[in-house]
Amino acid sequence: MSVYLLRRLIQAAGVVLAMSIIVFVGVFAIGDPVEILISPDADQMERERAIAALGLDLPLWQQYLIFLGKAVQGDLGRSFVFNEPALELILQRMPATLELAFAATFGAILIGLPLGLYAGLKPNSLASKGIMAGSILGFSLPTFWVGLMLIMVFAVQLGWLPSTGRGETVEILGTRWSFLTWDGLTHLAMPALNLALFKISLVIRLTRAGVRETMLMDYVKFARAKGLSPFRVTFVHVFKNILIPVVTVTGLEFGSTIAFSVVTESIFAWPGMGKLIIDSINVLDRPVIVAYLMIVVLMFITINLVVDLMYSVLDPRVRLDSK
Amino acid sequence: MSAVVGQGAPIEDPAKVKVETPFRRFCSEFAESKLALGGLIVISIIIVVAILAPFISPQDPYDLAVLDIMDGRLEPGAQSGDGAITYWLGTDDQGRDMLSGIMYGLRISLTVGAGSAFIACMVGASLGLAAAYAGGKTDSIIMRIVDLQLSFPSILVALMILAFLGKSVTNVVIAIVVVEWAYYARTVRGTALVERRREYIEAAECLALPRYRILFRHLLPNCLPPLIVIGTMQVARAIALEATLSFLGLGVPITEPSLGLLIANGYEYMLSGKYWISFYPGIALLVTIVAINLVGDQLRDVLNPRLQK
Amino acid sequence: MRNSIRKTAMAAVSVMAVGLPAAQAQTLNMGVGSPVTSLDPHYHQLSPNNAVSDMIFDKLVGTDSAARNIPGLATEWRAVAPTVWEFKLRPNVTFHNGNAFTAEDVVFTIQRLPNVPNSPSSYAAYARPIVRMEIVDPLTIRFHTREPYPLMPLDMTNVRILDSETHANAATEDFNSGRAAIGTGPWRVVNHRNGDRIEFARNDNYWGDKPAFERVNYRMVTNDATRTASLLSGDLDVIDQVPTSDLTRLRRDPNISLAETVGLRLVFLGLDHLRAPDENSPQITDNEGRPLGRNPLRDVRVRRALSIAIDRKAIAERVMEGAATPSGQFLPPGTYSHVPGLEAPEYDADAARRLLAEAGYPNGFRITLSGPNDRYINDSRIIQAVGQMWTRIGVRTAVEAQTWSTFVGRAGRQEFSSFLIGWGSNPDGSHPLRNILATYSRERGWGASNRGRFSNAEVDALLTQSLSELDNEKREQLLIRAQRIAAEEVAVIPLHIQTNIWATRRGFTHQARVDELTRAQDTRPAAAR
Repeated sequence: MSVYLLRRLIQAAGVVLAMSIIVFVGVFAIGDPVEILISPDADQMERERAIAALGLDLPLWQQYLIFLGKAVQGDLGRSFVFNEPALELILQRMPATLELAFAATFGAILIGLPLGLYAGLKPNSLASKGIMAGSILGFSLPTFWVGLMLIMVFAVQLGWLPSTGRGETVEILGTRWSFLTWDGLTHLAMPALNLALFKISLVIRLTRAGVRETMLMDYVKFARAKGLSPFRVTFVHVFKNILIPVVTVTGLEFGSTIAFSVVTESIFAWPGMGKLIIDSINVLDRPVIVAYLMIVVLMFITINLVVDLMYSVLDPRVRLDSK
Repeated sequence: MSAVVGQGAPIEDPAKVKVETPFRRFCSEFAESKLALGGLIVISIIIVVAILAPFISPQDPYDLAVLDIMDGRLEPGAQSGDGAITYWLGTDDQGRDMLSGIMYGLRISLTVGAGSAFIACMVGASLGLAAAYAGGKTDSIIMRIVDLQLSFPSILVALMILAFLGKSVTNVVIAIVVVEWAYYARTVRGTALVERRREYIEAAECLALPRYRILFRHLLPNCLPPLIVIGTMQVARAIALEATLSFLGLGVPITEPSLGLLIANGYEYMLSGKYWISFYPGIALLVTIVAINLVGDQLRDVLNPRLQK
Repeated sequence: MRNSIRKTAMAAVSVMAVGLPAAQAQTLNMGVGSPVTSLDPHYHQLSPNNAVSDMIFDKLVGTDSAARNIPGLATEWRAVAPTVWEFKLRPNVTFHNGNAFTAEDVVFTIQRLPNVPNSPSSYAAYARPIVRMEIVDPLTIRFHTREPYPLMPLDMTNVRILDSETHANAATEDFNSGRAAIGTGPWRVVNHRNGDRIEFARNDNYWGDKPAFERVNYRMVTNDATRTASLLSGDLDVIDQVPTSDLTRLRRDPNISLAETVGLRLVFLGLDHLRAPDENSPQITDNEGRPLGRNPLRDVRVRRALSIAIDRKAIAERVMEGAATPSGQFLPPGTYSHVPGLEAPEYDADAARRLLAEAGYPNGFRITLSGPNDRYINDSRIIQAVGQMWTRIGVRTAVEAQTWSTFVGRAGRQEFSSFLIGWGSNPDGSHPLRNILATYSRERGWGASNRGRFSNAEVDALLTQSLSELDNEKREQLLIRAQRIAAEEVAVIPLHIQTNIWATRRGFTHQARVDELTRAQDTRPAAAR
């Protein structure tokens, strides 16, 4: 087991390294940050000064080696835009995004699982058809459009929820969380729902597909024949089996939720790291882009590892090879 | 698995077996759901409309010479300034006939959605299958690439690819394939890992069947159900992703709007009550995606060996 | 159905507007469309940063809402000799921490300008003309320059004054954390959350007009539709950069009022002047897509044809929904060195076709018009509209929009034949002349944003002359002549000057500024309440 973990860690380091090179070259290919950041009336001298100040006058490979040298010591560089350590900037914004992603994921499971279960157990009822139709809406409507509609309905027309931003926060262990205050929760509701919409549909469909399949399996038939209560059959035998795809996909989706919260965050003016990354991409703030991606990659690798470990717990046939 | 198949077999009437080719059986099973059949018809109509758009649309919405900003944002049913065309679904900000725009937009969206989902599925499924079956080094190399891929936010990937290659429909397809293939790979690998330890694969291996045969005839069909779920959803997701890219200013060229770009454009006019600019393309998008999914759902049920009666 | 929804919405909004509790009215909620990147007033030259700096700090020379110079921390200024400017400083001014403002602080500030580490866009240019500073007495300072320098007061409208004591070793981070964000301005920083919001409290010891609100919540809401929605829902009291697509609705809404003014930002088309008349321009071909063998844009008749083929009124009315004024030059009427009588070129498609034929292109040619899609108001819509108009005179136009990050680099490498771009001027003709119309020259620091590489010796000569002319009237005439020549040569194709628009909820008024800055001191409770 520990050998397995060690190997995964080494592989992870390789992934991070490869990615940092790709990002370095990629950002370089898109454009010149100084052109974007510089004041339009700066003259040529000032432009050259700015290029030198940001270290962009060196050849790309040299810039990369300098970055690597510092990164080993835990310094991922300073943001061109904010002149603050990139890592700190991201860590400041991370709780907001994590909070949003967790809320969306929990919401998706809380809503999606029962609905999917129902739709799978009673596939021909009208309600099930309605659930399935709703789930199609969930992933066919573009997020940005749904986001604006939510604001229009719940904030502008009904006035139930605040339109944008993050609410009051409470400080726990040095980080600020908003889900512990009422104000924070009301601010969280709409963006979380917006972000969860796609995942609710996903969970519903995966659960329903799993239930329908499992109900026809021999062991379920056997369990029913044995006279076990339908409740027990559903929640012990069926449920355990459908959890695998649901866990895999929600796990994977959690990572992408964080990565893709970009749209939701910019519509709801949510001060998370998704908004930071899209702003940074727009101005080619390379240190922040690289640092962000490194953090996201590490997060993904961790999630994948956890998913794989849970696999082996949930399904004994899957073994983690340590050879 | 052989046990399940064997279970279904004795029920069949020997007389019926004679006339029933696998394809026919597939068709008749598919047609059992009226909804799916309806979906199939709708998709067919949409595809025909998309193909015939240059011949049946009132206007070529991609030709700047026929557009006139003085006809911009007209309400549904309005006439053009010179009285030549009636805009049944109104016009967008450039004076583009929405009906024509939607017909042409369907072409682009379908190309992007189906094209990228198909290519991504091919690439992803093959790699996922290979990873699960081969195991060891191959597995970890492929899965590390998957990790790498999944950790890139799609928007950044798209931005880089589109910055490298310029805006075009092909480049959007490439961008979406690069973003999405990893999902297929992971899903297929996950399922295949479970399947390859099942008895029927072990049996096939004992029979010393060739590797490709085990892979494609035995392992792949059993990995299909989740693949089809993901696949149909990814068509929808690809279309929505393309819309989002357009929303962020990175999608298809502005003079050749897809449904997504039409929606993104019209979105800005929602607050001022000019609903038609994003509403009608939205409906078109919705109908397309719902139809694809109805068909996909039924396909999954029919193709799933475990659900066979 | 739709109607009833709208009525419900109106009712909801008006209930909120009326039921505003008194305590809440003391806090002003502002929503701005562009993020503020730093509270360090000398770190990054950027309008949103300048706006916030104007709330915390003061400048020697202030500007009113029409960008005219007004006394700031200096009460008067004049050139006491051709190369010496003298500024009399305002007495009894203190910083937020109680330190007194003196000439020492001015010296410290000017010295700091070129020494802000890692600045991506510094204020060093404003310190460069000054060779020596002389403190005459604590409230009088003299700047010595190498050559006569008429732009000194204009430069001083860009420099926010720091405290020599408080900021001696302050780094950009110290400003961002709020610790060093201490100035003489009308607002004190209470809390700064990067990229999200800045909270201010009123500076009760401010030397000028007292702000009307006790606290300000300055929020960055970058999505246009969301910003409008937040105003409608009552979460924000004032928003800037009102999207033109929402103007119709907001004008109808009795609970919303708009503050508008013609700005200083011209949106124009740059043209390829770099390729010689017998060279190919990168994005121009003949009608079959083959290289043309010459650069038609070097012929002034072609440039004029392309200019008069554009129906600027249609663009201003239809695309910009009235939020723009067609223009033939960089500066709006009423501004120093505005060229009198130089109107926006009249739309005349027939004359344009004739000019093209005269120039030897009776059947036109093909061109690509590029532009950003995330930078200026409706930028990608404008290039499509221009594309329509050019195509109609026979110049078949392909339109290509891209994000600013890609666009600006390519424009700077002269990869485009024609492109849309904008320029926010200082209210002085030397500013656009020097940066856009002067010949590109690294040594002189001219033409840094001259991406089309227009070059005209006469324009350069007049600009040189104006830069050492201390007599404001004579200088204005020189600048006007230079601009007129550039316009006759169609150096660029001006389209329109943007209108700056703010929207407020009922109960608030906002003073619109031509320089686009959104500052809390410009918002007041409406008199009617």
